[in-house]
Amino acid sequence: MIQEVITKAADHNQHHKELVKGAQYLSFTLDNEEYGVDILRVQEIRSWEPVSRIPNVPHYEKGVVNLRGSIVPIIDLREKLGIKFTEYTPLTVVVVLQAADGNKKTRTMGVVVDSVSDVINLDKTKIQDAPDFGEKASNEFINGLVSVNERMVILLDVDKLLKLEDLEDQEISEN
Amino acid sequence: MSIDMSQFHQVFFEECFEGLEAMESGLLNLDTGDIDSETINTIFRGAHSIKGGSGTFGFNEVADFTHVMETLLDEMRDGRRKVTQPAIDVLLGSVDCLRTMLASIQAEESVDSAAVEKYKTALEIELSGSSSEASTTASVTTQPLNENADSTIPEVIDEIETETDEQGWKIGFCPYLDLLKTGNDPVRMFRELAELGKYSVSVNTRDVPDFAKLDPEECNMSWALEVVGDIPLNDIQEIFNWVEGDCELDIQPLAKKAPKKAAPVAKQAEPESLAPSVEIESPKPALVAVPKEIISPPPKAEVQQSADNDPAKTGAKAASTIRVDTTKIDTLINMVGEVVITQSMLSLIGENFSMDKLPHLKRGLSQLERHIRDMQQSVMNIRMVPISFVFSRFPRLVHDISSKLGKKIDLKLIGESTEVDKAVVELISDPIVHLIRNSLDHGIEMPSDRVAAGKPETGTIELNAYHRGGHIVIEITDDGRGLDRNKLIKKAAEKGLIDENSPLTDKQAYELIFLPGFSTAESITDISGRGVGMDVVRRNIQSLGGNIEIISEYGKGTTISIHLPLTLAIIDGQSVAVGDEIYIVPLVSIKESINITENVLNKLAGKNETYKLRNQYIPVVRMHELFNVPANEKSNPGEGVIVVVERQGILCGLFVDELLGPQQVVVKSLETNYRRVQGVSGATILGDGSVALILDIPGLVRFSNRKPSTSFKPQESRNDSRSYH
Repeated sequence: MIQEVITKAADHNQHHKELVKGAQYLSFTLDNEEYGVDILRVQEIRSWEPVSRIPNVPHYEKGVVNLRGSIVPIIDLREKLGIKFTEYTPLTVVVVLQAADGNKKTRTMGVVVDSVSDVINLDKTKIQDAPDFGEKASNEFINGLVSVNERMVILLDVDKLLKLEDLEDQEISEN
Repeated sequence: MSIDMSQFHQVFFEECFEGLEAMESGLLNLDTGDIDSETINTIFRGAHSIKGGSGTFGFNEVADFTHVMETLLDEMRDGRRKVTQPAIDVLLGSVDCLRTMLASIQAEESVDSAAVEKYKTALEIELSGSSSEASTTASVTTQPLNENADSTIPEVIDEIETETDEQGWKIGFCPYLDLLKTGNDPVRMFRELAELGKYSVSVNTRDVPDFAKLDPEECNMSWALEVVGDIPLNDIQEIFNWVEGDCELDIQPLAKKAPKKAAPVAKQAEPESLAPSVEIESPKPALVAVPKEIISPPPKAEVQQSADNDPAKTGAKAASTIRVDTTKIDTLINMVGEVVITQSMLSLIGENFSMDKLPHLKRGLSQLERHIRDMQQSVMNIRMVPISFVFSRFPRLVHDISSKLGKKIDLKLIGESTEVDKAVVELISDPIVHLIRNSLDHGIEMPSDRVAAGKPETGTIELNAYHRGGHIVIEITDDGRGLDRNKLIKKAAEKGLIDENSPLTDKQAYELIFLPGFSTAESITDISGRGVGMDVVRRNIQSLGGNIEIISEYGKGTTISIHLPLTLAIIDGQSVAVGDEIYIVPLVSIKESINITENVLNKLAGKNETYKLRNQYIPVVRMHELFNVPANEKSNPGEGVIVVVERQGILCGLFVDELLGPQQVVVKSLETNYRRVQGVSGATILGDGSVALILDIPGLVRFSNRKPSTSFKPQESRNDSRSYH
């Protein structure tokens, strides 16, 4: 009886270990570069549709859309990462992500990317740190780099990526 | 047996708070001297349920505290104690204390034991204050009960009087079969007995049927119990209070001097009735002490820390539930049924559609529309709670303050069942408290002054709530001294708030009391008079989208009426176009809208523009510029509409391209997934599924009226040449 329980627990642990070691990422492209985000953070993938602009916010925050009744902000990932802007085409894709902020609250946000490529299975141990380019290049959103079929995929940290800058001037707000 | 009790905590707390409210209102209704047994019973029941519940959940502090209250109440109930004003005050204070205790337990904070001790002592003093009287009556009441016992009674009473530590009670407890079904648990009762003193129990299992015939929900056992110690009969009876009528109960004092000997004697005395009796190890003090130790307040620092660590959790708890009348839910379910039926009808038409079915389709669609509108209404209804949630606390407030001020005041509540959105209820209660305090302190005069003025000695404050045209109106009326127009103007002029000679209508004069820092009270009391209140009240009410008005007659009284929207979730809005964007302006803020051409605007310092609205120059905000909206082809930048909006009497013109029409909009928060945006109070979804922003009028008005040097500019300029579509 006891033996049985122990075996079960061991099985479970083994399974768990495998899960921890491996991870699935959704990869997408931005100007010929390939990026990946943790697939568990992806809520859905939509095509680009016009947004309602929000006044006086950073230029990469394109606006908000109605996602089945909730108001979801859309962020242009090219602009956020400092890659040059291109016109949106019918193929432009919005990946809807779930980000956690400090208070364990999750927010839903959409990011605009050129196209979605693949779901990749990764061994977590193969992920290497992004090289430090000094202050010039910002790698604060980057979790690490990984090589898939000889291509380099940049893994992004969703929480950091979608952290909104605090706009200081709250004077106009009530009280 | 290890059930996770914490899942019931929320319900327990809710019930406790309800019980406390019932106790409070009962106490307030309790006339001193004249005892209404029903009222006392209500209060007693409230205390008893709280005690029982908190004992079950292991909140022993609460249970102990309530126990003392209950003892006092019990004596009142039996008529052994007079209901006096000090006693009621102590009980009211204890209700407050209990509420604080429960609140801190709910928030998983440590209980302020000093305050608890204070009230407990006060209760005990109250109890012992007339203890001599109480104890004499107690012995009187016990006597008749003992009469049918044997001839040892006189001795027993001697025992009580002389050897106080060697006495006790013998209890024969034979429940009826369905005792368990009434929700009573003998084990709990025994445990309570064990807390009273040294106790032993023997059980009679003779009547227990064979296993095959056994119904586990029936109680086939009977018990013989003995408790040793200086215990009033009352305490014993109280434990069995709730099973009265569900059992045969026989309580007798322990015979003879030595209780240690008495125990076996008792057993021998009734060997026949309790034939195969089984000795049960009593679950007494040792067992009870363990949970007590666990629950006794853990080190304060630790508790506080854990509370600090998880503020979100406690915060969420407070705002999580709402009690809804089941009929509301039934209506909703009916409506959902209707919608489903209509939907299936429509899909049937759609499956095999030909043009001759068009009338059917149209009829179906209009039916669907009607159902959905009804459904929307009943869903909104679920959020509605009666305003008595707010009103119910006022009798207490008035009672406390009026006795403090030495005034006689009668509070009338009208329209308590008027329903308001839950969010409104939560936010409205503080302003109303403030207004009532004002009426109490400044409005109603001292009894002698009232008599001198030819008014009845007792002042009246009336709180009235009713619906009027999509709004709820709350009126607070007092028959006090009213507002003195001249005094208001003089005071305002003194403070430099207005010019003394400026002509003011009555209404404008009364409005003065809403100015920050304004107070006409000669002396500042701890109740009111500091002049910080009324402007806060007005701001709070305006932030709910409502307004507040004063009607007053000097010497006769004052009426303050608050108008509030029924719900915060849906507002009436006016949609306006600015370039390709559509914005919503809340209709309540709009004074008027005027078609203009650009050349009627006057430039101020070459930059800021004003518009002459009749006799007043008002600042103009160009929405294009403020929100950086690119002009589209069809809009002519020189022409447009000035939407005049008002906030606290300050006007401002919003220059937009055109008005699109009024509509009801459902307010959605931008902050859920995004953040607060300047100049925008929320968002809504338009008929075509796109998102429109709702303008934050107070913010815009304040912005437009502020110094030109501070700018409302974005941190980073947008590249407006880009197409967003």
